[in-house]
Amino acid sequence: MLEISHVTKVFFPGTVNEKLALEDINLTVNDGDVICVIGSNGSGKSTLFNMIAGTFPVTSGTIKLKGKDITNAPEYKRAFMIGRIFQDPTKGTSANMSIQDNMNLASSKGMKGLKFSLTKERKAKFRELLKPIGLEDRMEDNVGLLSGGQRQALTLLMTTLSRPSLMLLDEHTAALDPRNAEIVMNLTKEYIERFNLTAMMVTHNMQFAIDYGNRLIMMDEGHIILDVSGEDKKKLTVPALIDEFRKIRRKEFDSDEGLLTT
Amino acid sequence: MIEGIFVEGLIFSIMVLGILISYRILDFADLTCDGSVATGAAVATMCIVGGLGITAGLVLAFLAGVLCGLVTASIHNKLRIPGLLAGILTMTMLYSVNLRILGNKANVSLVRVDTLYRLFPEAFSFLPQAFASLLGTLIFVLAVKVIMDLFFRTDLGLALGALGGNEQVILSQGMNPATLKLIGVGLSNGLIALSGALLAQYQGFADANLGQGMVVQGLAAIMIGEFLFSSNRISLITLRAILGGIIYKALMFLGRKYGYLIGITPNDFKLLTGILVIISLTVAQTRAMASAKGARKKALERTMGHKEETNA
Repeated sequence: MLEISHVTKVFFPGTVNEKLALEDINLTVNDGDVICVIGSNGSGKSTLFNMIAGTFPVTSGTIKLKGKDITNAPEYKRAFMIGRIFQDPTKGTSANMSIQDNMNLASSKGMKGLKFSLTKERKAKFRELLKPIGLEDRMEDNVGLLSGGQRQALTLLMTTLSRPSLMLLDEHTAALDPRNAEIVMNLTKEYIERFNLTAMMVTHNMQFAIDYGNRLIMMDEGHIILDVSGEDKKKLTVPALIDEFRKIRRKEFDSDEGLLTT
Repeated sequence: MIEGIFVEGLIFSIMVLGILISYRILDFADLTCDGSVATGAAVATMCIVGGLGITAGLVLAFLAGVLCGLVTASIHNKLRIPGLLAGILTMTMLYSVNLRILGNKANVSLVRVDTLYRLFPEAFSFLPQAFASLLGTLIFVLAVKVIMDLFFRTDLGLALGALGGNEQVILSQGMNPATLKLIGVGLSNGLIALSGALLAQYQGFADANLGQGMVVQGLAAIMIGEFLFSSNRISLITLRAILGGIIYKALMFLGRKYGYLIGITPNDFKLLTGILVIISLTVAQTRAMASAKGARKKALERTMGHKEETNA
């Protein structure tokens, strides 16, 4: 479904700050894949997501989504097929607008017209959708009044409204407290299952990455160094994963976060 | 005299509504206003003097304003320079353009031609002339307000509001922020030019220097309005902008009338307007800090209370 071939990204080329963030990345994501992406800070996870979503152009290589070459498509055009949730809960919703207006905006992708589409039926539908996250009685409240966890749950709901072909979850629970992180993560699992979504999720929690999803990718210094799926993934353990890392890279696994959260 | 302040304030408030779109709704610091208000005045005046009629004058003034806004937004979008700089560029260029529109004269008067302020007393002949002008302007402004309220409740209007709050949301919903900025800044300057068109007819002439310092005056009016009440409903946001515009003009009138008592002359008004904006910003900031402090205190009380419970 998603085909990334020979993608390389160099930041600040030709300057002293030149940095090779991704080098010759090849990755094929199949329909229905739920991929956990792990790797230490600066390993290229976020850059990879930025390349897929189109935040920055690639330096070289091609990206195809559903057979269509999207390498040079602007971010807003890719957004028709890609739903992305950021670590920062404020990025996915507009703070100075009500919950219902935010949801209305997310109901269909693309440029809006001079219609009043927030009808009674639609409000009733939103109300139903908001019940699981407990916001059904606050539809006219500004999103800015919600907590980070509530905002992230709302973002998740809004992103799934348009049934994206691919979901990019960029450590979307990392900024939340443990209880809210769990709520949002459970919602994420529920939506992925219910709508049969294809998803890529960056996480720092190795145990979670092992337990969840059908595929695990490990990144380091701009390379995908490990890509495990199916039965092989089920057999993984955290020590085995760290061992694997040592063997491949011939160096110590140096992510404190990675170790702390196992 | 009091009707005069209201008419002036209402005309001014259309411009405030325009500035509200760029500054508050789009979060786009747009200085085009200083130029486009004079463009509106010039276009309307030349249309009326040239015999095209009042309606054509108003429509063309609005469209000319939209065009000014499109220029600013395009410079910002294409060259990726800040909106502030793009606005200054357009504003500066407009000064020359406005002189051209006025036939290379600094001002053109509207004597011995039909203007809105000659039609209003005829249409509302049951009222004294000053009140007829007030009623006519009031209806005009209310119509603009209602259309604007409706527009910002449509899907497109909501998208513009979302853009001001968070550009990433717009990108994520598959909309091009550049297009939305063109629409928003265009409409903003359309209203500003419309305000200029009314002003020229009210004061009886168009002046190339009409727009000087208008942005800051508009900002002052928006901030005065925001002191009146807080709301996230577009109809109340536009209402308070209009009220802010009227109050600002009333303050300026008082300054003109009684300022001499404390040695203030109209020459000082720009300084005073700037100080008014600074005071408004300071008060708003103090308020925000006070409410943050209050929230912190409440949170502290809650956790302390919670601790006592667990201790017990």
